[in-house]
Amino acid sequence: MHINKNIAISETGFVFNPLTGDSFSTNQVGQEILRKLQGGTNQEELLKHLTEKFNIDKTTLEKDMTDFMLMLNSYQILMDDEKA
Amino acid sequence: MTKLSYERPVITKLNTGTMNKFGTRTEYAPVTQIDGVPVKKLIADYGSPCFVISERTIRDTYKNAVRAFKSRYPKVQFAWSYKTNYLNAVCNVFHSEGSWAEVVSIFEYEKALKNGVPGTKIIFNGPDKTESDLRTAIENNSMIHIDHFDELYQLSEILQDSGKKARVAIRVNMDTGIYPMWDRFGFNYEDGSAWSAINKIFAHPEMDFVGLHCHIGTYMLTTNAYSVAAGKLCDLAFNIKQRYNKNIEYLDLGGGFASANTLKGSYLQGGDIIPSVDDYAEAITSTILNYGFKPDELPTLFLETGRALIDDAGYLLGSVIAIKRLSDGRRATIMNFGVNLLFTAFWYNHRISPAQEISAQTEDMVIYGPLCMNIDVVRENINLPLLNKGDNVVVHRVGAYNMTQWMQFIQMRPKVVMIGMDGTPHIIREHETLDTMLRYEKMPAHLKEFKL
Repeated sequence: MHINKNIAISETGFVFNPLTGDSFSTNQVGQEILRKLQGGTNQEELLKHLTEKFNIDKTTLEKDMTDFMLMLNSYQILMDDEKA
Repeated sequence: MTKLSYERPVITKLNTGTMNKFGTRTEYAPVTQIDGVPVKKLIADYGSPCFVISERTIRDTYKNAVRAFKSRYPKVQFAWSYKTNYLNAVCNVFHSEGSWAEVVSIFEYEKALKNGVPGTKIIFNGPDKTESDLRTAIENNSMIHIDHFDELYQLSEILQDSGKKARVAIRVNMDTGIYPMWDRFGFNYEDGSAWSAINKIFAHPEMDFVGLHCHIGTYMLTTNAYSVAAGKLCDLAFNIKQRYNKNIEYLDLGGGFASANTLKGSYLQGGDIIPSVDDYAEAITSTILNYGFKPDELPTLFLETGRALIDDAGYLLGSVIAIKRLSDGRRATIMNFGVNLLFTAFWYNHRISPAQEISAQTEDMVIYGPLCMNIDVVRENINLPLLNKGDNVVVHRVGAYNMTQWMQFIQMRPKVVMIGMDGTPHIIREHETLDTMLRYEKMPAHLKEFKL
Protein backbone atom coordinates (compact mmCIF):
# COMPACT_ATOMS: atom_id res chain seq x y z
CA MET A 1 0.00 0.00 0.00
CA HIS A 2 1.40 3.40 -0.93
CA ILE A 3 0.10 6.91 -1.47
CA ASN A 4 -0.36 8.36 -4.92
CA LYS A 5 2.60 10.76 -5.08
CA ASN A 6 0.83 13.25 -7.31
CA ILE A 7 -1.77 14.09 -4.69
CA ALA A 8 -1.83 17.82 -4.06
CA ILE A 9 -2.54 19.00 -0.52
CA SER A 10 -3.11 22.67 0.29
CA GLU A 11 -2.42 24.26 3.66
CA THR A 12 -6.15 24.60 4.27
CA GLY A 13 -6.86 20.91 3.78
CA PHE A 14 -7.97 20.96 0.15
CA VAL A 15 -6.86 17.73 -1.53
CA PHE A 16 -6.75 17.09 -5.28
CA ASN A 17 -6.24 13.69 -6.87
CA PRO A 18 -5.07 14.22 -10.49
CA LEU A 19 -5.51 10.52 -11.18
CA THR A 20 -9.28 10.70 -10.81
CA GLY A 21 -9.94 14.45 -10.92
CA ASP A 22 -11.62 14.27 -7.53
CA SER A 23 -11.31 16.96 -4.87
CA PHE A 24 -11.56 16.45 -1.14
CA SER A 25 -11.37 18.34 2.08
CA THR A 26 -9.57 17.00 5.11
CA ASN A 27 -8.90 18.19 8.63
CA GLN A 28 -5.61 18.89 10.41
CA VAL A 29 -4.91 15.31 11.48
CA GLY A 30 -5.85 14.10 8.01
CA GLN A 31 -3.40 16.53 6.42
CA GLU A 32 -0.65 15.40 8.77
CA ILE A 33 -1.22 11.77 7.83
CA LEU A 34 -1.28 12.47 4.09
CA ARG A 35 1.92 14.55 4.23
CA LYS A 36 3.75 11.92 6.27
CA LEU A 37 2.61 9.18 3.91
CA GLN A 38 3.87 11.24 0.96
CA GLY A 39 7.18 11.63 2.76
CA GLY A 40 7.51 7.87 2.98
CA THR A 41 6.73 7.44 6.68
CA ASN A 42 5.56 3.93 7.45
CA GLN A 43 2.48 3.14 9.53
CA GLU A 44 4.35 2.41 12.77
CA GLU A 45 6.35 5.64 12.60
CA LEU A 46 3.20 7.53 11.74
CA LEU A 47 1.38 6.28 14.83
CA LYS A 48 4.35 7.25 17.01
CA HIS A 49 4.58 10.70 15.43
CA LEU A 50 0.86 11.41 15.83
CA THR A 51 0.67 10.29 19.46
CA GLU A 52 3.62 12.57 20.21
CA LYS A 53 2.14 15.55 18.38
CA PHE A 54 -1.57 15.21 19.27
CA ASN A 55 -3.35 14.59 22.53
CA ILE A 56 -4.58 11.09 21.72
CA ASP A 57 -4.07 7.55 22.98
CA LYS A 58 -2.66 4.87 20.69
CA THR A 59 -5.73 2.62 20.75
CA THR A 60 -8.14 5.34 19.63
CA LEU A 61 -5.67 6.58 17.04
CA GLU A 62 -5.20 3.09 15.60
CA LYS A 63 -8.98 2.68 15.29
CA ASP A 64 -9.37 6.08 13.61
CA MET A 65 -6.39 5.45 11.33
CA THR A 66 -7.82 2.14 10.14
CA ASP A 67 -11.02 3.90 9.13
CA PHE A 68 -9.14 6.80 7.51
CA MET A 69 -6.94 4.46 5.48
CA LEU A 70 -10.04 2.62 4.31
CA MET A 71 -11.48 5.89 3.03
CA LEU A 72 -8.18 6.87 1.35
CA ASN A 73 -8.18 3.53 -0.36
CA SER A 74 -11.76 3.88 -1.55
CA TYR A 75 -10.96 7.36 -2.95
CA GLN A 76 -7.89 5.93 -4.76
CA ILE A 77 -5.55 8.18 -2.82
CA LEU A 78 -3.93 5.10 -1.35
CA MET A 79 -3.17 2.37 -3.83
CA ASP A 80 -2.35 -1.30 -3.49
CA ASP A 81 1.27 -2.01 -4.45
CA GLU A 82 0.41 -4.50 -7.20
CA LYS A 83 -1.74 -1.85 -8.90
CA ALA A 84 1.08 0.71 -8.88
CA MET B 1 5.68 20.44 24.92
CA THR B 2 1.92 20.87 24.90
CA LYS B 3 0.25 18.48 22.54
CA LEU B 4 -2.23 19.70 19.95
CA SER B 5 -5.90 18.84 20.44
CA TYR B 6 -6.96 15.82 18.45
CA GLU B 7 -9.82 15.38 16.05
CA ARG B 8 -10.16 12.07 14.28
CA PRO B 9 -8.89 12.25 10.68
CA VAL B 10 -11.62 12.71 8.15
CA ILE B 11 -11.64 13.19 4.39
CA THR B 12 -14.74 14.25 2.52
CA LYS B 13 -15.22 14.14 -1.20
CA LEU B 14 -16.30 17.47 -2.65
CA ASN B 15 -19.17 17.24 -5.08
CA THR B 16 -20.33 19.83 -7.51
CA GLY B 17 -23.39 19.77 -9.68
CA THR B 18 -26.83 19.09 -8.30
CA MET B 19 -27.57 21.74 -5.76
CA ASN B 20 -30.54 22.00 -3.47
CA LYS B 21 -32.23 25.17 -4.70
CA PHE B 22 -33.79 25.69 -1.29
CA GLY B 23 -30.42 25.45 0.43
CA THR B 24 -29.95 23.28 3.48
CA ARG B 25 -30.37 24.13 7.10
CA THR B 26 -27.40 23.15 9.18
CA GLU B 27 -27.94 21.34 12.44
CA TYR B 28 -24.44 21.80 13.69
CA ALA B 29 -24.84 24.30 16.49
CA PRO B 30 -24.23 22.53 19.77
CA VAL B 31 -27.03 22.55 22.32
CA THR B 32 -25.31 22.63 25.67
CA GLN B 33 -28.19 23.57 27.94
CA ILE B 34 -31.95 23.24 28.26
CA ASP B 35 -33.77 25.99 30.13
CA GLY B 36 -30.44 27.03 31.62
CA VAL B 37 -29.51 23.57 32.91
CA PRO B 38 -26.32 22.17 31.30
CA VAL B 39 -26.98 19.03 29.27
CA LYS B 40 -23.81 17.46 30.70
CA LYS B 41 -25.14 18.00 34.23
CA LEU B 42 -28.52 16.48 33.33
CA ILE B 43 -26.76 13.41 31.96
CA ALA B 44 -24.43 13.20 34.98
CA ASP B 45 -27.36 13.43 37.40
CA TYR B 46 -30.04 11.43 35.60
CA GLY B 47 -28.15 9.16 33.21
CA SER B 48 -28.07 8.67 29.48
CA PRO B 49 -30.41 8.26 27.73
CA CYS B 50 -32.86 10.49 29.53
CA PHE B 51 -36.00 12.36 28.51
CA VAL B 52 -36.19 16.01 29.52
CA ILE B 53 -39.35 18.11 29.48
CA SER B 54 -39.43 21.87 29.76
CA GLU B 55 -42.34 23.08 31.88
CA ARG B 56 -41.71 26.59 30.62
CA THR B 57 -42.09 25.54 26.99
CA ILE B 58 -45.33 23.69 27.73
CA ARG B 59 -46.83 26.71 29.44
CA ASP B 60 -45.63 29.15 26.77
CA THR B 61 -46.95 26.96 23.96
CA TYR B 62 -50.27 26.43 25.69
CA LYS B 63 -50.74 30.12 26.45
CA ASN B 64 -50.00 30.99 22.84
CA ALA B 65 -52.61 28.50 21.61
CA VAL B 66 -55.22 29.78 24.07
CA ARG B 67 -54.46 33.35 23.01
CA ALA B 68 -54.85 32.45 19.34
CA PHE B 69 -58.33 31.01 19.90
CA LYS B 70 -59.67 33.21 22.70
CA SER B 71 -58.75 36.39 20.87
CA ARG B 72 -60.97 35.21 18.01
CA TYR B 73 -63.81 33.38 19.72
CA PRO B 74 -65.58 34.04 23.02
CA LYS B 75 -66.01 30.51 24.38
CA VAL B 76 -62.98 28.23 24.10
CA GLN B 77 -62.02 25.24 26.19
CA PHE B 78 -58.93 23.09 25.69
CA ALA B 79 -58.89 19.48 26.88
CA TRP B 80 -55.50 17.82 27.26
CA SER B 81 -55.12 14.79 25.01
CA TYR B 82 -53.88 12.17 27.48
CA LYS B 83 -52.65 9.72 24.86
CA THR B 84 -50.15 12.28 23.56
CA ASN B 85 -48.31 12.31 26.87
CA TYR B 86 -49.99 11.01 29.99
CA LEU B 87 -47.19 11.42 32.47
CA ASN B 88 -49.03 12.88 35.45
CA ALA B 89 -46.69 15.85 35.84
CA VAL B 90 -47.20 16.79 32.19
CA CYS B 91 -51.00 16.44 32.51
CA ASN B 92 -51.01 18.59 35.62
CA VAL B 93 -49.10 21.39 33.91
CA PHE B 94 -51.93 21.53 31.37
CA HIS B 95 -54.63 21.19 34.05
CA SER B 96 -53.03 23.98 36.08
CA GLU B 97 -53.31 26.17 32.98
CA GLY B 98 -57.03 25.43 32.80
CA SER B 99 -57.12 22.52 30.38
CA TRP B 100 -59.70 19.77 30.89
CA ALA B 101 -58.94 16.12 30.09
CA GLU B 102 -59.60 14.19 26.89
CA VAL B 103 -59.18 10.44 27.31
CA VAL B 104 -59.62 7.41 25.07
CA SER B 105 -59.60 4.52 27.54
CA ILE B 106 -60.65 3.78 31.10
CA PHE B 107 -56.96 3.67 32.01
CA GLU B 108 -56.55 7.27 30.89
CA TYR B 109 -59.92 8.15 32.42
CA GLU B 110 -58.87 6.90 35.84
CA LYS B 111 -55.53 8.64 35.50
CA ALA B 112 -57.36 11.93 34.89
CA LEU B 113 -59.61 11.36 37.91
CA LYS B 114 -56.60 10.57 40.09
CA ASN B 115 -54.91 13.74 38.84
CA GLY B 116 -57.86 15.63 40.27
CA VAL B 117 -59.83 16.41 37.13
CA PRO B 118 -63.57 16.45 37.99
CA GLY B 119 -65.55 13.85 36.06
CA THR B 120 -67.64 16.63 34.54
CA LYS B 121 -64.51 17.97 32.88
CA ILE B 122 -63.44 14.73 31.25
CA ILE B 123 -64.21 14.04 27.60
CA PHE B 124 -64.39 10.28 27.04
CA ASN B 125 -63.50 9.47 23.43
CA GLY B 126 -62.50 6.28 21.67
CA PRO B 127 -64.07 3.13 20.26
CA ASP B 128 -63.43 0.94 23.31
CA LYS B 129 -65.74 1.68 26.22
CA THR B 130 -66.99 -1.34 28.15
CA GLU B 131 -70.25 -1.43 30.04
CA SER B 132 -68.32 -0.82 33.24
CA ASP B 133 -66.46 2.13 31.65
CA LEU B 134 -69.73 3.68 30.52
CA ARG B 135 -71.29 3.26 33.96
CA THR B 136 -68.28 5.05 35.49
CA ALA B 137 -68.59 7.89 32.99
CA ILE B 138 -72.36 8.20 33.61
CA GLU B 139 -71.79 8.21 37.37
CA ASN B 140 -69.24 11.02 37.03
CA ASN B 141 -71.39 12.97 34.57
CA SER B 142 -68.56 13.00 32.01
CA MET B 143 -69.02 13.82 28.35
CA ILE B 144 -69.34 10.52 26.48
CA HIS B 145 -68.45 10.82 22.83
CA ILE B 146 -70.21 7.91 21.15
CA ASP B 147 -68.13 6.23 18.47
CA HIS B 148 -70.46 3.62 16.95
CA PHE B 149 -74.03 2.31 17.05
CA ASP B 150 -73.10 -0.63 19.28
CA GLU B 151 -71.91 1.82 21.88
CA LEU B 152 -75.07 3.89 21.47
CA TYR B 153 -77.30 0.85 22.03
CA GLN B 154 -75.19 -0.35 24.95
CA LEU B 155 -75.46 3.05 26.56
CA SER B 156 -79.20 2.99 26.03
CA GLU B 157 -79.47 -0.42 27.74
CA ILE B 158 -77.42 0.79 30.70
CA LEU B 159 -79.54 3.90 31.11
CA GLN B 160 -82.91 2.17 30.84
CA ASP B 161 -84.62 2.08 34.22
CA SER B 162 -81.47 3.44 35.88
CA GLY B 163 -83.03 6.81 36.56
CA LYS B 164 -79.80 8.41 35.39
CA LYS B 165 -78.98 10.68 32.48
CA ALA B 166 -75.86 10.63 30.37
CA ARG B 167 -74.24 13.65 28.72
CA VAL B 168 -73.46 12.47 25.22
CA ALA B 169 -72.02 13.70 21.95
CA ILE B 170 -71.24 11.86 18.76
CA ARG B 171 -68.00 11.72 16.90
CA VAL B 172 -68.57 12.65 13.28
CA ASN B 173 -66.25 11.66 10.44
CA MET B 174 -66.43 13.44 7.12
CA ASP B 175 -64.81 14.29 3.85
CA THR B 176 -62.79 17.45 4.42
CA GLY B 177 -60.90 17.21 1.15
CA ILE B 178 -57.84 15.52 2.57
CA TYR B 179 -56.37 12.09 2.08
CA PRO B 180 -56.56 9.73 3.86
CA MET B 181 -60.04 10.41 5.14
CA TRP B 182 -60.39 9.20 8.69
CA ASP B 183 -63.67 7.33 8.58
CA ARG B 184 -62.98 4.54 11.04
CA PHE B 185 -64.03 6.57 14.06
CA GLY B 186 -67.51 7.91 14.64
CA PHE B 187 -70.48 8.33 12.30
CA ASN B 188 -70.17 9.52 8.75
CA TYR B 189 -71.57 12.92 7.81
CA GLU B 190 -72.02 12.41 4.08
CA ASP B 191 -73.86 9.08 4.16
CA GLY B 192 -76.33 10.23 6.80
CA SER B 193 -75.06 7.98 9.60
CA ALA B 194 -74.32 10.96 11.81
CA TRP B 195 -77.83 12.30 11.44
CA SER B 196 -79.25 8.84 12.04
CA ALA B 197 -77.27 8.59 15.29
CA ILE B 198 -78.50 12.04 16.33
CA ASN B 199 -82.13 11.03 15.73
CA LYS B 200 -81.66 7.85 17.78
CA ILE B 201 -80.14 9.80 20.66
CA PHE B 202 -83.00 12.30 20.68
CA ALA B 203 -85.37 9.34 20.86
CA HIS B 204 -83.77 8.49 24.21
CA PRO B 205 -84.72 11.09 26.80
CA GLU B 206 -82.19 9.59 29.22
CA MET B 207 -79.45 10.86 26.91
CA ASP B 208 -78.68 14.55 27.02
CA PHE B 209 -77.23 15.49 23.65
CA VAL B 210 -74.64 18.13 24.50
CA GLY B 211 -72.12 18.30 21.67
CA LEU B 212 -70.67 17.33 18.33
CA HIS B 213 -67.15 16.07 17.92
CA CYS B 214 -64.76 15.40 15.06
CA HIS B 215 -61.09 14.66 14.71
CA ILE B 216 -60.25 14.82 11.04
CA GLY B 217 -56.65 13.63 10.99
CA THR B 218 -53.19 14.16 12.35
CA TYR B 219 -50.30 16.46 11.41
CA MET B 220 -52.71 18.45 9.25
CA LEU B 221 -50.88 20.73 6.83
CA THR B 222 -53.96 22.51 5.56
CA THR B 223 -56.23 24.69 7.63
CA ASN B 224 -58.95 24.53 5.01
CA ALA B 225 -59.86 21.02 6.17
CA TYR B 226 -60.73 22.49 9.57
CA SER B 227 -62.97 25.10 7.93
CA VAL B 228 -64.81 22.31 6.12
CA ALA B 229 -65.08 20.25 9.31
CA ALA B 230 -66.30 23.18 11.39
CA GLY B 231 -68.85 24.02 8.68
CA LYS B 232 -70.24 20.48 8.67
CA LEU B 233 -70.52 20.39 12.47
CA CYS B 234 -72.29 23.77 12.36
CA ASP B 235 -74.66 22.36 9.77
CA LEU B 236 -75.56 19.48 12.08
CA ALA B 237 -75.93 21.85 15.03
CA PHE B 238 -78.26 24.10 13.02
CA ASN B 239 -80.39 21.17 11.93
CA ILE B 240 -80.61 19.91 15.50
CA LYS B 241 -81.82 23.34 16.58
CA GLN B 242 -84.38 23.36 13.79
CA ARG B 243 -85.73 19.86 14.38
CA TYR B 244 -85.39 19.46 18.14
CA ASN B 245 -85.19 23.08 19.31
CA LYS B 246 -82.00 22.23 21.15
CA ASN B 247 -78.92 24.42 21.31
CA ILE B 248 -75.76 22.34 21.16
CA GLU B 249 -73.50 23.20 24.08
CA TYR B 250 -70.24 22.64 22.28
CA LEU B 251 -68.47 21.80 19.06
CA ASP B 252 -65.30 19.77 19.59
CA LEU B 253 -62.88 20.11 16.68
CA GLY B 254 -60.51 17.54 18.12
CA GLY B 255 -56.80 17.84 17.43
CA GLY B 256 -54.41 17.13 14.59
CA PHE B 257 -52.47 20.42 14.52
CA ALA B 258 -48.95 19.81 13.24
CA SER B 259 -45.79 20.31 15.26
CA ALA B 260 -42.59 21.66 13.71
CA ASN B 261 -41.05 18.21 13.32
CA THR B 262 -40.06 17.27 9.77
CA LEU B 263 -41.96 14.37 8.27
CA LYS B 264 -39.91 11.73 6.44
CA GLY B 265 -40.02 12.40 2.74
CA SER B 266 -40.68 16.10 3.21
CA TYR B 267 -38.40 18.24 1.06
CA LEU B 268 -38.77 21.24 3.34
CA GLN B 269 -38.25 21.45 7.07
CA GLY B 270 -41.40 20.99 9.15
CA GLY B 271 -41.16 24.46 10.65
CA ASP B 272 -41.27 26.00 7.17
CA ILE B 273 -44.46 24.34 6.00
CA ILE B 274 -46.81 23.89 8.95
CA PRO B 275 -49.63 26.35 9.58
CA SER B 276 -49.31 28.42 12.74
CA VAL B 277 -51.77 27.97 15.59
CA ASP B 278 -53.24 31.33 14.55
CA ASP B 279 -53.88 29.93 11.07
CA TYR B 280 -55.78 26.96 12.53
CA ALA B 281 -57.66 29.26 14.91
CA GLU B 282 -58.64 31.63 12.14
CA ALA B 283 -59.96 28.82 9.92
CA ILE B 284 -62.06 27.26 12.69
CA THR B 285 -63.39 30.30 14.50
CA SER B 286 -64.25 32.34 11.43
CA THR B 287 -66.27 29.43 10.04
CA ILE B 288 -68.29 29.08 13.25
CA LEU B 289 -68.72 32.82 13.76
CA ASN B 290 -69.86 33.33 10.18
CA TYR B 291 -72.29 30.43 10.23
CA GLY B 292 -75.14 32.40 11.69
CA PHE B 293 -75.48 31.44 15.35
CA LYS B 294 -77.14 34.03 17.56
CA PRO B 295 -74.47 35.51 19.83
CA ASP B 296 -76.01 34.00 22.98
CA GLU B 297 -76.33 30.60 21.28
CA LEU B 298 -72.75 30.24 20.14
CA PRO B 299 -71.48 26.80 21.12
CA THR B 300 -68.33 26.47 23.22
CA LEU B 301 -65.38 25.48 21.06
CA PHE B 302 -63.50 22.48 22.45
CA LEU B 303 -59.99 21.64 21.26
CA GLU B 304 -58.08 18.48 21.99
CA THR B 305 -54.81 19.32 20.32
CA GLY B 306 -51.92 17.32 21.75
CA ARG B 307 -48.91 17.09 19.46
CA ALA B 308 -48.64 20.82 18.76
CA LEU B 309 -48.77 21.65 22.47
CA ILE B 310 -46.16 19.24 23.81
CA ASP B 311 -43.74 18.21 21.06
CA ASP B 312 -41.42 21.22 21.41
CA ALA B 313 -41.17 20.77 25.18
CA GLY B 314 -39.61 17.30 24.99
CA TYR B 315 -35.94 16.45 24.50
CA LEU B 316 -34.12 13.15 24.48
CA LEU B 317 -30.53 13.20 25.69
CA GLY B 318 -28.30 10.37 24.56
CA SER B 319 -24.74 9.26 23.95
CA VAL B 320 -22.67 7.78 21.17
CA ILE B 321 -21.94 4.09 21.78
CA ALA B 322 -19.76 3.56 18.73
CA ILE B 323 -18.96 4.78 15.27
CA LYS B 324 -18.30 2.45 12.40
CA ARG B 325 -17.97 2.32 8.63
CA LEU B 326 -20.56 0.42 6.61
CA SER B 327 -19.56 -1.72 3.65
CA ASP B 328 -20.73 0.94 1.18
CA GLY B 329 -18.53 3.58 2.79
CA ARG B 330 -21.23 5.31 4.79
CA ARG B 331 -20.47 6.40 8.33
CA ALA B 332 -22.71 4.80 10.96
CA THR B 333 -23.14 6.19 14.44
CA ILE B 334 -24.68 3.98 17.09
CA MET B 335 -26.55 5.79 19.84
CA ASN B 336 -27.75 4.48 23.18
CA PHE B 337 -31.34 5.31 22.24
CA GLY B 338 -33.33 3.87 19.37
CA VAL B 339 -36.84 3.36 18.14
CA ASN B 340 -37.65 1.72 21.48
CA LEU B 341 -37.64 5.21 23.02
CA LEU B 342 -38.09 7.31 19.92
CA PHE B 343 -41.13 5.76 18.33
CA THR B 344 -41.67 8.89 16.29
CA ALA B 345 -38.39 8.20 14.44
CA PHE B 346 -40.53 5.97 12.25
CA TRP B 347 -42.18 9.02 10.69
CA TYR B 348 -40.05 12.05 11.59
CA ASN B 349 -36.55 13.11 10.65
CA HIS B 350 -35.80 14.31 14.14
CA ARG B 351 -33.39 17.17 14.57
CA ILE B 352 -30.32 15.99 16.46
CA SER B 353 -27.72 18.37 17.90
CA PRO B 354 -24.34 17.68 19.46
CA ALA B 355 -24.20 18.58 23.13
CA GLN B 356 -20.57 19.68 23.18
CA GLU B 357 -18.34 22.07 21.27
CA ILE B 358 -17.65 20.83 17.78
CA SER B 359 -15.20 21.41 14.97
CA ALA B 360 -15.97 22.72 11.52
CA GLN B 361 -15.79 19.25 9.96
CA THR B 362 -19.00 17.40 9.28
CA GLU B 363 -19.90 14.09 7.74
CA ASP B 364 -22.97 12.32 6.43
CA MET B 365 -24.02 9.41 8.57
CA VAL B 366 -26.78 7.02 9.39
CA ILE B 367 -27.80 6.95 13.03
CA TYR B 368 -28.68 3.61 14.56
CA GLY B 369 -30.08 2.79 17.96
CA PRO B 370 -28.71 0.20 20.38
CA LEU B 371 -31.20 -2.57 19.61
CA CYS B 372 -29.97 -5.75 17.97
CA MET B 373 -32.73 -5.35 15.39
CA ASN B 374 -32.41 -4.11 11.83
CA ILE B 375 -35.37 -1.77 12.16
CA ASP B 376 -33.60 0.33 14.77
CA VAL B 377 -32.76 3.34 12.61
CA VAL B 378 -33.09 6.82 14.10
CA ARG B 379 -31.99 8.80 11.00
CA GLU B 380 -31.30 7.21 7.62
CA ASN B 381 -29.16 10.15 6.58
CA ILE B 382 -28.00 13.17 8.52
CA ASN B 383 -25.06 15.52 8.28
CA LEU B 384 -23.50 16.16 11.67
CA PRO B 385 -20.16 17.26 13.08
CA LEU B 386 -17.67 14.50 13.84
CA LEU B 387 -18.98 12.49 16.75
CA ASN B 388 -16.87 10.25 18.91
CA LYS B 389 -17.67 7.44 21.32
CA GLY B 390 -19.04 8.95 24.52
CA ASP B 391 -20.17 12.24 22.95
CA ASN B 392 -23.65 13.43 23.91
CA VAL B 393 -26.46 14.52 21.65
CA VAL B 394 -29.83 16.19 22.08
CA VAL B 395 -32.84 15.04 20.07
CA HIS B 396 -35.45 17.77 19.67
CA ARG B 397 -39.25 17.79 19.65
CA VAL B 398 -39.91 14.43 21.20
CA GLY B 399 -42.62 15.46 23.67
CA ALA B 400 -45.56 13.96 21.78
CA TYR B 401 -46.29 10.22 21.74
CA ASN B 402 -42.79 8.99 22.60
CA MET B 403 -43.45 8.77 26.34
CA THR B 404 -46.68 6.87 25.69
CA GLN B 405 -45.78 4.73 22.68
CA TRP B 406 -42.25 3.82 23.82
CA MET B 407 -41.47 0.15 23.92
CA GLN B 408 -39.94 -1.91 26.66
CA PHE B 409 -38.06 -3.94 24.09
CA ILE B 410 -34.53 -5.21 24.69
CA GLN B 411 -33.76 -2.15 26.79
CA MET B 412 -35.54 -0.68 29.75
CA ARG B 413 -37.00 2.79 29.75
CA PRO B 414 -35.01 5.69 31.19
CA LYS B 415 -35.83 8.49 33.59
CA VAL B 416 -38.00 11.39 32.56
CA VAL B 417 -37.04 14.73 34.05
CA MET B 418 -39.06 17.94 34.03
CA ILE B 419 -37.23 21.25 34.34
CA GLY B 420 -39.51 23.45 36.42
CA MET B 421 -40.21 27.14 35.93
CA ASP B 422 -37.38 28.04 38.32
CA GLY B 423 -34.89 25.87 36.44
CA THR B 424 -34.96 23.01 38.95
CA PRO B 425 -35.00 19.54 37.39
CA HIS B 426 -37.49 17.06 38.89
CA ILE B 427 -37.68 13.35 38.15
CA ILE B 428 -41.25 12.75 36.98
CA ARG B 429 -40.78 9.10 36.02
CA GLU B 430 -38.10 6.79 37.36
CA HIS B 431 -36.05 4.57 35.08
CA GLU B 432 -37.09 0.95 34.89
CA THR B 433 -35.03 -1.81 36.47
CA LEU B 434 -34.93 -5.58 36.17
CA ASP B 435 -37.27 -5.67 39.18
CA THR B 436 -39.80 -3.57 37.25
CA MET B 437 -39.93 -6.27 34.61
CA LEU B 438 -39.80 -9.29 36.91
CA ARG B 439 -42.61 -7.97 39.11
CA TYR B 440 -45.17 -9.10 36.55
CA GLU B 441 -43.64 -12.46 35.62
CA LYS B 442 -44.56 -15.74 37.25
CA MET B 443 -42.59 -19.00 37.05
CA PRO B 444 -44.40 -22.37 37.04
CA ALA B 445 -42.94 -24.62 39.76
CA HIS B 446 -41.65 -27.22 37.31
CA LEU B 447 -39.56 -24.62 35.50
CA LYS B 448 -37.90 -23.10 38.53
CA GLU B 449 -34.77 -25.24 38.44
CA PHE B 450 -32.71 -26.76 35.68
CA LYS B 451 -29.29 -28.26 35.08
CA LEU B 452 -27.06 -27.23 32.21
